[in-house]
Amino acid sequence: MAKITYIEHDGTEHVVDVEDGLTVMEGAVRNMVPGIDADCGGACACATCHVYVDENWTGKTGERSSMEESMLDFADDVRDNSRLSCQIKVSGALDGLVVRMPEEQG
Amino acid sequence: MAWPNIMEVSSLTHGTLIIGGGQAGLSAAAELRKRKYDAPITLLCGEDALPYQRPPLSKAYLSGDTPLDRLWLKPEGFFEKADITVRTGVRAKALDRSAGEVLTEAGERLGYDDLILATGGEARRLPIPGAELEGVHVLRTLAEADRLSEALDKAERLVIIGAGYIGLEVAASAVKRGKQVTVLEAEDRPMARTASSLLSGWFGAIHRGYGVDLRVGAAASRIEGDAQVTGVKTGDEVIEADLVLIAAGLVPNVTLAEAAGLEVRDGIEVDGHARTSDPHIYAVGDVARFTLPRYGRSVRLESVQNAIDQAKAAAQAILGESKPYDPVPWFWSDQYELKLQIAGLIDGSDTLVRRGDPEEGKFALFHLKDGALIACEAVNCPPEYMAAQRMIAAGARPDPEKLRDQSVAMKDFLS
Repeated sequence: MAKITYIEHDGTEHVVDVEDGLTVMEGAVRNMVPGIDADCGGACACATCHVYVDENWTGKTGERSSMEESMLDFADDVRDNSRLSCQIKVSGALDGLVVRMPEEQG
Repeated sequence: MAWPNIMEVSSLTHGTLIIGGGQAGLSAAAELRKRKYDAPITLLCGEDALPYQRPPLSKAYLSGDTPLDRLWLKPEGFFEKADITVRTGVRAKALDRSAGEVLTEAGERLGYDDLILATGGEARRLPIPGAELEGVHVLRTLAEADRLSEALDKAERLVIIGAGYIGLEVAASAVKRGKQVTVLEAEDRPMARTASSLLSGWFGAIHRGYGVDLRVGAAASRIEGDAQVTGVKTGDEVIEADLVLIAAGLVPNVTLAEAAGLEVRDGIEVDGHARTSDPHIYAVGDVARFTLPRYGRSVRLESVQNAIDQAKAAAQAILGESKPYDPVPWFWSDQYELKLQIAGLIDGSDTLVRRGDPEEGKFALFHLKDGALIACEAVNCPPEYMAAQRMIAAGARPDPEKLRDQSVAMKDFLS
């Protein structure tokens, strides 16, 4: 279980508990956090679950896979801390994680 | 003057009734609320399940990699929070347009101000002898996936009739579960309806490499067995089977619309705002037929992209804020370790440009028509696919020589 803070583009914060084994994307969808569309349901096929991982957490969320890397290459407003949230697996090590959402997905 | 609150408005209006709780129906409901639609929304799910993702049914759900609780499109609490009345196991039987009512199979009458038909379709069954035998399956719904999966536990030999996406994805999932798989395809190549022949041939070879007995030009003429299926006849040969999947495409559910006098032609005909021939009735997703402006022809798209985006277009039209629906269609398929991503539609292509080497399991096929990019089929090549989506949307006319040249980054085509 990890407590994750999702921050919408307008600054609205959502703090939710997410079970181990789910992805950060699923944590948002299951807790009705707006701003993560995840059209493809987590198949790494659409790039509509883009988030910015808080700088303090980029070391713990792991590396982008090459597939994710290339999907992100074509997303809007990509930064060094950009990730596809369907590719970040939740575990106790991510307890306290903070992610921010971009202005527009897709 | 005080504005009436939502409760008061609700008592005066029926709001929007949505028939069909798949991806399209759910997306329409969610989009209406997201855009502050303030009248009632009722979502009728014909199946005994809340809206779920269909794509994994033939892939990760069937192979056992994704459990049921990861299929739900929304948590149960979503519907209450969004004030969407969701009713599972409720099927519509008739549509009374003059009264603005839908009659359910249970005999209930539900009024609507606007109606969205998101009725999807049913897996096609084949008119061949034996199709009703025990052990013959189809795959479209969660219940069908569960039945197939359970049967697969006990089966050794699976014969799949039809080498489209569902057939091939199930083949890959069954191979993963250690089954002996034969796929029969009546056409001369797999994925004949949607993929280019080059891609078809390559996927066929991959499946054969995994031990699938893929036969093309091999129509199934009969399913053998007394009560339980024992084999499938093709030509003069009977292929032994203890389990058969008919994967022969989708029949759109148009009965309701047709009986109500709406325009129907292999799908419910809609305009660029997802509106049917009745201005208060919309059709979205797999069941809707419309003219895709970008390609200038009538299509019915069976895809998640179309389910979501056309549903959004209908919701926007109901709110009077619509812009015409003109998507670049996109699709994906997961088979073995391969990710196939397709942007656009390949029909009408006059030039094929290959980028990357199929031998390396990583390549993209670009299709051009009169110099303009119309489609891209990408295997394990997300940059090519992502760039192609944008290029097609922009009407790009890339230099084929540069497209072919992998030293030119895909990003360079976007500037």
